[in-house]
Amino acid sequence: MASKIRVKNLYKIFGPHPQQALKMLRSGLSKENLFKKTGHTVGVHNVSFAVQQGEIFVIMGLSGSGKSTLVRCINRLIEPTAGEIYVDEKKITRLPSQELRQLRQKKLAMVFQRFALFPHRTILQNVAYGLEIQGVKKGISENRAQAVLKTVGLKEWSAAYPDQLSGGMQQRVGLARALAVDPDILLMDEPFGALDPLIRKEMQEELMELQEKVHKTIIFITHDLDEALKLGDRIAIMKDGLIDQTGTPEEILIHPATEYVANFVTDVDRSKILRAKNIMIRPTAHVSINDGPRVALRKMKKEALSSIFVLGENRTLCGIVTVERAVEAVKNKETGLQQIVQTDIPTTTPETLIQDLIPVAAAAKVPIAVVNEKKKLLGIIVRVTVLAGLIGGGENNNNVGSSAESGNNVKESARSMDHISDPLPTSITGMG
Amino acid sequence: MYLRSNYRDFFRACSGLIEGAVNNIEALLSFIPITVFILVLVILAWRLSGRGMAVFTLVSLFLLVSMNIWDETIRTLALVLTATFMALLSGVPLGILASRSDLTENILRPILDFMQTMPIFVYLLPAVMFFSIGVVPAVLATVVFSMPPAIRLTNLGIRQVPAEMIEAAASFGSTPLQMLFKIQLPLALPSIMAGINQCIMLSLSMVVIAAMIGAGGLGGIVYRAITRLQIGSGFEGGLGVVIIAIILDRITQSVGKESPEKKAA
Repeated sequence: MASKIRVKNLYKIFGPHPQQALKMLRSGLSKENLFKKTGHTVGVHNVSFAVQQGEIFVIMGLSGSGKSTLVRCINRLIEPTAGEIYVDEKKITRLPSQELRQLRQKKLAMVFQRFALFPHRTILQNVAYGLEIQGVKKGISENRAQAVLKTVGLKEWSAAYPDQLSGGMQQRVGLARALAVDPDILLMDEPFGALDPLIRKEMQEELMELQEKVHKTIIFITHDLDEALKLGDRIAIMKDGLIDQTGTPEEILIHPATEYVANFVTDVDRSKILRAKNIMIRPTAHVSINDGPRVALRKMKKEALSSIFVLGENRTLCGIVTVERAVEAVKNKETGLQQIVQTDIPTTTPETLIQDLIPVAAAAKVPIAVVNEKKKLLGIIVRVTVLAGLIGGGENNNNVGSSAESGNNVKESARSMDHISDPLPTSITGMG
Repeated sequence: MYLRSNYRDFFRACSGLIEGAVNNIEALLSFIPITVFILVLVILAWRLSGRGMAVFTLVSLFLLVSMNIWDETIRTLALVLTATFMALLSGVPLGILASRSDLTENILRPILDFMQTMPIFVYLLPAVMFFSIGVVPAVLATVVFSMPPAIRLTNLGIRQVPAEMIEAAASFGSTPLQMLFKIQLPLALPSIMAGINQCIMLSLSMVVIAAMIGAGGLGGIVYRAITRLQIGSGFEGGLGVVIIAIILDRITQSVGKESPEKKAA
C-alpha cells in the first residue's frame, strides 16, 4: 500500500554551514563533538518513517528531541538539510514555492501548541483564513467556516475575538481553522500541550470522535506518553533527533527497543493499553469432552494442574474440570466428562482491555479463558498476570506477555494467592 | 552646483508639486468655514479620545481664533500635513522593506541615524540652494527630519509580529503579499500609528525653523517675534503650535489604540 507520507533519511542541522556539518556527522562525528567543534546543532538525525492514509501517527519525545522540527520539515516551515519527504508518493522536498503553497493550501494543515490564532480577526475570520487566501468567495468560505465551527461546538462564538475565548476553546478554533480547508493531512504540534489536564482529556476524546468522522491522516506531536498511547495508531519515540522506536502502542509497551523507551514506559498504566490477546498464553494441557475423567486426571498430574480446560469439536470451549470433581467421578466410576464439567467459567474476548479483566480475575478461582466469537479457545490468562500488573512497574515487566507462568494452574493458585491477596483490594479501588 | 545646473527641470517640477500641494491643502482648509472646521475637530476628538479632549479642542481653537492667528494656524497645518504625508508615503514602504530583509535594515539604519542627528541647519542650507527660499525647502527639510520614526516603527512593528502568527499564516500557504496585508500590517498597526504620531510631532517641531527660510505660518509669527523681541506675539505663535500639537497627538494616538479596544468590546 502506498503511504500517505513517507520520510526518508531526513536531516536538519542548525547553524551557518549545515552541509559541511552534515558531512562530518555522516562520517561518524558524534553530535556532542559536532557542536563543540562547529557550533552546529542536530535537530533531526537520519529519520525515516511512513504514515498510512487515515492513521494517527504520534511522534513522542521530550522537549529538545527534535519532534517539532521534524513536523515543520513536513510542510517545510523548516527546510530540511538533507533527505526526502513524499506526500502521496510525490517528492516535496524540492518543490518550488508556488507548488509548495498549493500543497500547504490543499493538503497539509497545521494546529499549533500555542494556538496561533490571529488576534485581529474574529473566530469566523480565523477559521475562514485558509479558504480566503485560496481565493474562495467570501460567502462560500464563511459558510464553510460556520459549518466547521459547528462541528467543534463553537457556532455561537463566530463573531468573538480569540482573546475572549478560553484555552480549550481557542484550540478548538485552531482545529476548526485547520479542518476548514479540508486537508488530507493534519499536522498537530503538541496541540493540547498548553491546556490543563481535564480540558486536555476532553479534547483527546473529541479528537478521537472527530477522527471517526473525518478519517484524516494525522501526525500528532506530544511529550505526553499517555496521550501518545491513547491517540496513536502507531507511535514513534524520538530522542536527540533520532527515532528510537516506531510501533503500535502494544509493541512499544511489550517490546521496548531501547533502554530509553523502556524507561519511558515503566510508569505507564498498562491495563488501559494492553488487551487480553497481549497477555494470554497457550494452555499447556486440555482434554477433549469425549475423554474420561481418568485421562483428565492423568494430564493434570503430569502438568501439576488443579484444573483443566475441556474442549469440544474444533477446540470450542466446553468448560473446566477441577481435580476434586475428576477424582470424585473416578471414584463413582463415571466414564464421561459431561457430567462433571463446569460450564460457568470466566471467559473474555481477545480485544478486552486488561483494565476490564481486573474484577473478573479477582472474583475467579480458575484461569480466564480467551475465546473468539465461535467460542474457540484461543488462550488462557492466568490471573496473576492481570492482578500483578496492579502492583507496579518492574514486576509487571516480567509477567506481561511472557510465558513464565506457563499456564500452570497449581503454581498459579499457590503463588498468586499469598502473593497478591494483601494489596489487591486497595489496588482495585485505586483503579476505579 | 553640478546638480543644480543639470537637473534644474527636475527640481522645478518637484518644487512645483510640493508648493502646489501645500497651497492646495491650505486653500482647502481655509475654504471650510471656521465654525465647521472647529466642529469637525471637536467631534473627532470626542469620538476618538473622549469628552475632555473635545472640550480642550473647542476652547483652544476658539483661543486661536480670538488671538487672530487662525490663518497662520491653517498655513502651519497645511505645511505639517503635506510634510507628514510625504514622509509617510516614503517612510512606511521603506519600513516594510527594512522589515523584510536584514540587509536593507542594516543599510537604512546609519542613514536614519544621520537624518535624525544631523543638525537641521546643515541640510536646510542645501535645500535652500536647490529650491530657493520658500515653502518647498521647508517641507523637504521637515520630511527628512520627521521620516525616520515612521520607518523605524513600521520596521519594528512588523518584526515584532509573533513568529507563530507568521508560521500559522505560512502553514496555510499564504503568499508573501497576503502575509503582509492580512497578518503583518494589521498586527503592526499600533506600532505604525505610533510612528505616524511621532512623524507629525517632529514636523510640528520644525515649523519655527522652517519659518526661517520663509515657510510662514505660526512659525513665522514666532520667528518675527524673536527678531523684534516681541515677547507677547512670540507666545501667541508658540501657544498655537502647542495647541495643534496636542490636538493632533491625541487624535492620532487614539487611532493607534483603537483596534485593541474594538477587539475587547
